[in-house]
Amino acid sequence: MNIALSNLNLSKVAWLEPIVNIAKGEDVSGNIQTIIKAVGIPLAGIVVFLMVWHAAASNINTSLGQFPGPGEVYKQSKGLIAEHITERNKADAFYERQEVRNKARVEQDPTYVPKIRAYTGKPTYIDQIGTSLVTVLTGFVLASLLAIPLGIVIGLSANLYSAFNPIIQIFKPVSPLAWLPIVTMVVSALYVSDDPMVPKSFVTSMITVMLCCLWPTVINTAVGVASIPKDLVNVSQVLSLNYLEHVRKIVIPASIPMVFTGLRLSLSIAWMVLIAAEMLAQNPGLGKFVWDEFQNGSSDSLGRIMVAVVTIGLIGFLLDRLMLTIQRYVSWDKAATLR
Amino acid sequence: MNPLLELTDVGIEFPTPKGPFCALQGVNLKIKKGEFISLIGHSGCGKSTVLNIVAGLYQATQGGVVLQGKEVNEPGPERAVVFQNHSLLPWLTAYQNVELAVKRVFKGKKSKSEMKEWIEHNLELVHMTHALHKRPDEISGGMKQRVGIARALAMEPQVLLMDEPFGALDALTRAHLQDSLMEIQKDLNNTVIMITHDVDEAVLLSDRIVMMTNGPSATVGEILDVELERPRNRIQLADDPTYNKYRQQVLSFLYEKQRKVDVEATVKKATSVDKDSNKSDEKVA
Repeated sequence: MNIALSNLNLSKVAWLEPIVNIAKGEDVSGNIQTIIKAVGIPLAGIVVFLMVWHAAASNINTSLGQFPGPGEVYKQSKGLIAEHITERNKADAFYERQEVRNKARVEQDPTYVPKIRAYTGKPTYIDQIGTSLVTVLTGFVLASLLAIPLGIVIGLSANLYSAFNPIIQIFKPVSPLAWLPIVTMVVSALYVSDDPMVPKSFVTSMITVMLCCLWPTVINTAVGVASIPKDLVNVSQVLSLNYLEHVRKIVIPASIPMVFTGLRLSLSIAWMVLIAAEMLAQNPGLGKFVWDEFQNGSSDSLGRIMVAVVTIGLIGFLLDRLMLTIQRYVSWDKAATLR
Repeated sequence: MNPLLELTDVGIEFPTPKGPFCALQGVNLKIKKGEFISLIGHSGCGKSTVLNIVAGLYQATQGGVVLQGKEVNEPGPERAVVFQNHSLLPWLTAYQNVELAVKRVFKGKKSKSEMKEWIEHNLELVHMTHALHKRPDEISGGMKQRVGIARALAMEPQVLLMDEPFGALDALTRAHLQDSLMEIQKDLNNTVIMITHDVDEAVLLSDRIVMMTNGPSATVGEILDVELERPRNRIQLADDPTYNKYRQQVLSFLYEKQRKVDVEATVKKATSVDKDSNKSDEKVA
């Protein structure tokens, strides 16, 4: 048993370590305490929260019925998953029927080229999560591709920094709701195509996300680049590295921790902005789901919106963890990434 | 024989809100190939400024530096610097830190395998072969400084500039590294300018000790030729009368002729820029 466990190297996984130690019979009571501290206390916090939520919910009555408590939310989330499965089955059945029909026609007439028509059922909750994720990540990646080089360039030059700083400071606090009408009009005017690759609502939401999440990365990258220790800059000068080599060999590695601080801030802003943008742009994601449920006004609506709230929170948390994991992988500075 | 490196009437002024501040004035120095020069003086006297001007990191506002017939006006690998606090890139291993310099200097001159050999050779010189692939945060301060020296040596500089290379180290490690440096110097016979504020270090390592007056407008005060037999051994030298005479001369320059004035007086002096530092010192003393 011991050998098997150590071969698996389970104890290298931090949260498994105490469990492995108990299985090995090492310091049982101490390890149980570790588990209680690591798992039990956060769990207790969640349980207390659920109780307070439940008590509060049963005292709030709205025109759409009672405010959803944890039980209702659980029921609604099961309902949403069931809907998704039903819809998927319908879609599968649709494609199956289509295939059978096409086969039959090809047998009758070998010159017939079968057309495959897409299933046009309404997007399920899971589909909407997918759309939201694709939109936010596209906007965030585009923003990062702009923001990191811009941050590096203005971080390297005090004059450029002074020139850009007021513009950045002015645009940084602008709400997505202010950008959206402008973005919508510009996208409508410029993005004209008979067979658009992606829907307009997607482009509008994505660009709004991009405009709002650029700034933290620009600022943090610029500050990170500007605060590279003088000694490292001297090394670069003594080696007579040219501008590009200097950026590649010295500037980027030295400022990676700050770049990631910016990226993490940007991603969390992007995710927050996206929900608002989707509501107004009618991009079929979580924002639109919330809006549609609000307009729908059935007795299930509040519960379903609450499911969305929890989902949004969970995904936001997971996105941040994802960035942290990438940072741990990319950055040389392992100590700075634990926050 | 023509000097390898020549500083002629070097002076530098820094702009400050209160007008230009003259840190150095009229520094003249001729350095022969293979010479080991120490610059010694109180902190703030402009030793580092001299070194930075030779390195090309600062531009002299008066006079200039000529290295092998060419004027120095920008940094370059032929004037490698060993920085006081090692200045290794923290994301690279010891090997990679040296590699960065070697690749820069010997690109197109050495093959890949020759470069690898050269990097390893230089790290061997400073006894770092056991930690080739460790990053700076995984090795001790003395080891970091060894890697810093290896990086500078690997550039095969015409002049090796060392800015208080052992200043941040404890006494034992420092002695160890001084011995290593003398050993390397015996084989390579580099031209070295080293800044130090340690009198023993200066006498032990140098061929000539350049003593600097206090700032502002600091300049070369005295130059002491150290004619001690090499190889030098710190234990034998401890009882050597000539060694102690040299020590005494440096100490008397630093603590009698150029006694360090207190901070208040320095601030006052800094406002009267053009006063000769020797005179103002005597007044205080």
